[in-house]
Amino acid sequence: MNRWLPFEWTMAVRFLREGRLQTIFIIGGISIGVAVIVFMSAMLAGLQANFIKRVLTSQPQIQLLAPDQVARPLRHGAGEIEDAVVQRPSQRVISIDQWPKIRTQMQAMPEVVAVSPTILGSVLAVRGDASRSVNLSGVEPDSYFKIVKVPDYIVAGEARLTSEDIIIGVELAKDLGATVGDKLNVRAASGATRVLTVSGLVDLGNKSVNQRVCYAALRTAQSLLGMIGGITTIDITVRDIYAAEEIAQRIQAANVVEADSWIKTNAQFFTAVQAQQNTNTLIRLFVGLSVAFGIAAVLVVSVIQRSKDIGILRAMGTSRGQILRVFLVQGGLLGFVGSLFGAAMGAFALVYWHSVARQADGTELFPLILERSLFVYTAMLATVTGLLAAMAPAVRAAKLDPVVAIRG
Amino acid sequence: MASEILRLENVCKAYNVGLPTETEVLHGIDLELDHGEFLALIGPSGSGKSTLLNIVGLLDRPTSGRLLIKGQDTAALGDAEITRLRGHTIGFIFQYHLLISAFTARENVMMPMLADRGFPSAEIEARANYLLGQVGLEKFAGNLANNMSGGQQQRVAVARALAMNPDLVLADEPTGNLDTKSADAVFELMRQVNRDSGTSFLLVTHNMDLARRCDRIIEVVDGRIRA
Repeated sequence: MNRWLPFEWTMAVRFLREGRLQTIFIIGGISIGVAVIVFMSAMLAGLQANFIKRVLTSQPQIQLLAPDQVARPLRHGAGEIEDAVVQRPSQRVISIDQWPKIRTQMQAMPEVVAVSPTILGSVLAVRGDASRSVNLSGVEPDSYFKIVKVPDYIVAGEARLTSEDIIIGVELAKDLGATVGDKLNVRAASGATRVLTVSGLVDLGNKSVNQRVCYAALRTAQSLLGMIGGITTIDITVRDIYAAEEIAQRIQAANVVEADSWIKTNAQFFTAVQAQQNTNTLIRLFVGLSVAFGIAAVLVVSVIQRSKDIGILRAMGTSRGQILRVFLVQGGLLGFVGSLFGAAMGAFALVYWHSVARQADGTELFPLILERSLFVYTAMLATVTGLLAAMAPAVRAAKLDPVVAIRG
Repeated sequence: MASEILRLENVCKAYNVGLPTETEVLHGIDLELDHGEFLALIGPSGSGKSTLLNIVGLLDRPTSGRLLIKGQDTAALGDAEITRLRGHTIGFIFQYHLLISAFTARENVMMPMLADRGFPSAEIEARANYLLGQVGLEKFAGNLANNMSGGQQQRVAVARALAMNPDLVLADEPTGNLDTKSADAVFELMRQVNRDSGTSFLLVTHNMDLARRCDRIIEVVDGRIRA
């Protein structure tokens, strides 16, 4: 008998040990349940991280734009409107008013990680007889590359953007027959023209995007698009990606800008992420419930089997509270031990699945994320589930009339 | 009066009180037991002996009447106090041994002390070994209860009943399930404990030979003590 083990623990461990087959089966059941939770949670976290990484490292999380231009109705006098129908005006490309001040404000926000001014416009990329209409982004590489990880997507050349450089999408390079080091003639709608050198080719993982994407230095793009000193968007990344919409709304309320978060602009993707999380929570809930019912069922049977033992213990001076704790400890122990085996099984299954499941190009389907917190959380959850499941049988055991129990 | 360990005054016990099926099992029992006394309780099956023993052992409460243990009226005591009084004052020996099968003989004897103190200790283990020695089972201390004969198990039960050094041991037909030789050995063991330590015994038995070897015999018939 272990000197460090209290009476209740000694009884609980011995009861579990004596009902060996019963204990092994229920621990097996709990382990499978915990393994499913660990496997599902870790795999979904990996898949989600992968999706989020792909989406959010190729676009800003919040984009500040100049507000829409609106036409005001012509008023004749107080409360009298001349024209009832007001046509929406065409939207000129205009700069964000006082953008350096807004940028400084954004940089001062604790939730914000990086801020970058950008100018966006359509231009014509011409090489020899080939020409393509493309989207030109004029960026400050130092700040912009913290938001969109252009260097990570470079497949040829380098992520260099001097005033004479241009980075273009791989599909555009194919269409124009251009490669790193080639010159491109870039023409704006206004007629302004610059000859830029292809410094790098970028693959953002989407063919239509790769056919139209071009990056140039901010000043180069400003002069091409005829907006010297102006910018069309301020791109922002934040610490908590799921708080992006709330932060965007605050920014819009405090400044004369329109703020769009990635949650708003990628509503379908975000809904898919939420649905995935909800499904995972539901699976966890139902697995947890089946584990709890399994533990409760085993302990209810154990109380019936042990009723004589309980009667003797009560006759010997064991209190109702002690009997209650004997069965609670059994529930907690079953949950905890099951969670240890289950976590190991789940981790093993995850490592195996990670090595087997591959994307078409041979890269991993999801990153292997085995966080310690997941195991600690699962072990705690299983232990608490065990304790809660043991509550009803434990109360039943504690309430047993010793006379009836001894008589059997 | 000073040496009185147990007193029952007009104790009645009824089941299903207030229902059409109300049954009174004990009718006005008066009984005293002194320190060091060895009392035999006899009577036919269904006469109320076991009910009386359960009430005396604080496992059940009388419907009316008073039960005093060492001069203390138990009527006003709550469940926790009753449990404590039972653990410290009364030892039980049951007919069917009723050792806990998951534990060894030594651990079974340690059990009442363990429940009382919370943790095992060298002192508790030493007392269990001493008591097993007293009942002649020191060599079987490490044996699981199920690996012992009926007589051996009952001797372990005697040792367990004495673990908390109780004032009173209640034995419900402790020899009823044993052969004559083992029954005699167990009875002699209890008698010796009674003589050596002054522990009072209340022995329920059908065996008249054993009853005659007790200090006093009380006969219960139809829930009443026959004079």
